[in-house]
Amino acid sequence: MTATSGSTAIAHKPALWTRLPIVHQVRQSVGLQRGMLVAGLVITGVFVLSAIFAPLIAPYGYSQLRGDNGPFGAQQPPGADHLLGTTVGGYDVLSRVIWGAQTALFVIVVAVILSIFAGVLLGLVSGYFGGWLDRVLVVVCDAVYAFPSLLLAIVMSIAISGGRSGLLAGVFAAAISITVVFIPQYFRVIRAETVRIKSEAFVESAQVLGASNSRIMFRHVLRNATRTLPLIFTLNSSEAILTLAGLGFLGFGIEPTAASEWGYDLNKSISDVTSGIWWTALFPGLAIVLTVLGITLVGESLNDLADPRLRGRRAVGKSSGTVAETSVVPGGTLDAVPGGIDGLESGHGSADGDLATEPEGRS
Amino acid sequence: MTTAAAAPQTGEARPARRKRAPGGGLGRYILVRFLLIIPTIFILVSMVFWLMRTTGDPITAALGGRLGAAQLAQRIHEAGYDRPILIQYFEYIGKVFTGDFGTTLSTNQPVTTVLVTYGAATAELAFYALIVAFIVGIPLGMVAAYWRDRATDATLRVFAILCYATPVFFSGLLFKLVFSIWLGALPVAGRASTRSELTLQSLPNQTGVYLIDAIRTGNGAIITDVLVHAILPALALGLLTAGVFLRLVRTNVIGTLGTEYVDAARSRGVREFRLVSKHAYRPALIPIITVIGLQIALLLGGAVLTETTFEWKGLGFMLAEFLKARDFVAVQGIVALLAVIVALTNFIVDIIAALIDPRVRY
Repeated sequence: MTATSGSTAIAHKPALWTRLPIVHQVRQSVGLQRGMLVAGLVITGVFVLSAIFAPLIAPYGYSQLRGDNGPFGAQQPPGADHLLGTTVGGYDVLSRVIWGAQTALFVIVVAVILSIFAGVLLGLVSGYFGGWLDRVLVVVCDAVYAFPSLLLAIVMSIAISGGRSGLLAGVFAAAISITVVFIPQYFRVIRAETVRIKSEAFVESAQVLGASNSRIMFRHVLRNATRTLPLIFTLNSSEAILTLAGLGFLGFGIEPTAASEWGYDLNKSISDVTSGIWWTALFPGLAIVLTVLGITLVGESLNDLADPRLRGRRAVGKSSGTVAETSVVPGGTLDAVPGGIDGLESGHGSADGDLATEPEGRS
Repeated sequence: MTTAAAAPQTGEARPARRKRAPGGGLGRYILVRFLLIIPTIFILVSMVFWLMRTTGDPITAALGGRLGAAQLAQRIHEAGYDRPILIQYFEYIGKVFTGDFGTTLSTNQPVTTVLVTYGAATAELAFYALIVAFIVGIPLGMVAAYWRDRATDATLRVFAILCYATPVFFSGLLFKLVFSIWLGALPVAGRASTRSELTLQSLPNQTGVYLIDAIRTGNGAIITDVLVHAILPALALGLLTAGVFLRLVRTNVIGTLGTEYVDAARSRGVREFRLVSKHAYRPALIPIITVIGLQIALLLGGAVLTETTFEWKGLGFMLAEFLKARDFVAVQGIVALLAVIVALTNFIVDIIAALIDPRVRY
C-alpha cells in the first residue's frame, strides 16, 4: 500500500541512502518513535564500538591483576587508579565491563548467524515440502520453543563443554547453547512465510517453467520471506545477552582468565552486595541493562514501524480521515483490505462484527 | 514511497479461523490438545537425555577426580551406565512415564522427592511474582494505551523494556543493596528467619508453602516474617513478567480502543475510566491469557536465577546447587520434570483460552 500521507506523491525514486534499512526507518518515524529509535541506535552503537575497540579503550586487560605499582588489590573502591573500583578477584571493574562487551558481541554474532542459518534452512525445507517432515519439525520446534530457554541453554552447555569452559570453547559453548534456543523462532517465522508464499502465482509459474526445487526455495521463496528477520534478529540479540549473562551467573560462563563476562562478574558480586560493596555489582549489571535496552529499543521501533496499527500517527493525517486511518481491523492488518482507506472503511463493519459478536454467536 | 520493509506486516501467518470441523466441540478439542502433550514431553525428555549423555556418564562427571579408576568403573557398573546407551534410553523413558525421574548422586534421594520438597517453594515464589506482575503490568498497560504516543506512554514503554532488559539477578542485587543493606528495611535472603523456619518445619504435615504453613500456626509474627522475606524476590521476578504484561495489554487495548463499539459506548456517555477498564480491556484479555502460558517458561527460567540470588531454597536453587556439584542425574531429572510442568501448564492455559474464546477451538 502507499504511504499514509497520500498528499505528497513522489514521482522520482528517492536517493539510495534513504532506502537503506535503518535510515529509511529513521526518516519514516516521527516524534517519540523517532526518539526511541535514535536513542536505541546510539546505545547500540556505543556497545558495538566499545566491543570492537576494547583493547584501546580499556585501561587494563580483562585478566590483569597487577599494574606498574604492584597488585591492584581486591574490592578497592572507585578511585583515580581504578575508575570503577576492583572486584573481589582483584580485577579492574571498568576494564572487565568494556571487555565484556566484546564477549557479548562475539556471542551474539555467532549465535544469531548459526541460528539464522539453521532456522531459515529448516523453515524453508519444512514449509516448502510439507508432509511428515514438516509435522515432525513443527512439533519438535514447538516443544523446544515452549521450554525455558535458560534451562535448555544449561543442558546444551553441559553437552558441549561438560559444564566447564576454557578459552574459546567457553564462548562457543555459550553461543551454540543460545543458538539452539533461537532456532525454533526463526523456523516458525520462515516456515509460516514459506507456506504463505508457496501458494502465490509466481511460485506456481516457476514450477511450470521447470525451475528446480532448490532454485524456487532460495530464489523465489526465501527472498520474499525474509522481511521479518531484522526484527527477530534484534530481539534475539538482546535475548542472547540475557541468556549469556544467566549462564554466567549460574557458573556456566567463561572463566575470568579466558574472557570477561558480565554474568560471571555479577555472580561473584553477590557476597560483595551483602557487605555493602556496590561497585562490583552495579557496573556489569548496568552494562547488561543498557545494552539490552538499546537493542530492544531498536527492535521495538522497527517492529512498530512495520506494523501500521502501531506506527505513529503522522501529522498530515490529523486533518482528515484520522478515524479511518487509525481504526484497527481486529485480527488483521490494513493491507488485508484492498483499495486503501476506502476499502478499509467499507470493510470496517464486518471486521468489527468479527470481534464483537462472534464469541457470543458461537459458543 | 514505501519499501517492502514498511509494508504492513501480516504477522505470523497463523490462520485466525480454520474451517470448523463438523461435530467438533470443546470435548474433542481438549482431547486432541491433551494427546499433543505426550509427544511434547517425549521430545523434551529425549532431547535432555541425549544431550546430557553426549559428554559421558554422570558418575565420571560427578566423581571423576575423587575416585580411583577401579572404584569408578565399579560404581558405573552398579548404576548400569556401562550398558548400551539405547537400552539405557528406553529404560529411562519407561521410568519417566511411570513417574520415576532417577536418584540424585550427591544427596542420594529420588528426584521426585526433591521436587516435592522444593517445588512448593518455587510455586510460592512464582505465585507472588505473578501477583506483582498483574498488579503492575495490567493497569499500567491500560494507562499507556489510553495516553498513547504521549509522554506517559513513552515513559511506561521504556519502563517495560527496562523490566525486560534487567536480568532478575541484577534487579535482585540492586533491591538487596538498597532495601536490605542501605535502608535495612527488608531481609537479605532466605524464605524466613531461622526461628520461624524452625517453627514451620516442626509443623505436622506441612505443605511446604510457607505462607499457608504460617497461617496455620496462627502466629502473626511468623506470617509477617514470611511475607517480608518474600517481598524482594517477588518484586525481582514479578517485574520481569510485568514488563511483558504491560506491553501486551498496551498493544491489545490500543486495538480495541479504536473499535466502533467503544466509540458507541463513549457516545452513550460511558465514563472514560470505565471505557478503558471494561469495554476496551475485556476483549483484549483473550490474547493476554494465551501469552501467560508462554510466560510460565520465562517465569521458571527466572525463578532459577531469582532463587540463586536470594537463597530461596526452591527447585531453581537446588538446580544451581546440583549444577555446581556436577550431579547431572539430578539436573536431568529436574529439567525433565520442569518440561512436564511446562507442557501441562500450556495445556491448561489453552483450555482456559478455549473456554473464554470459542474461536480458538477447531
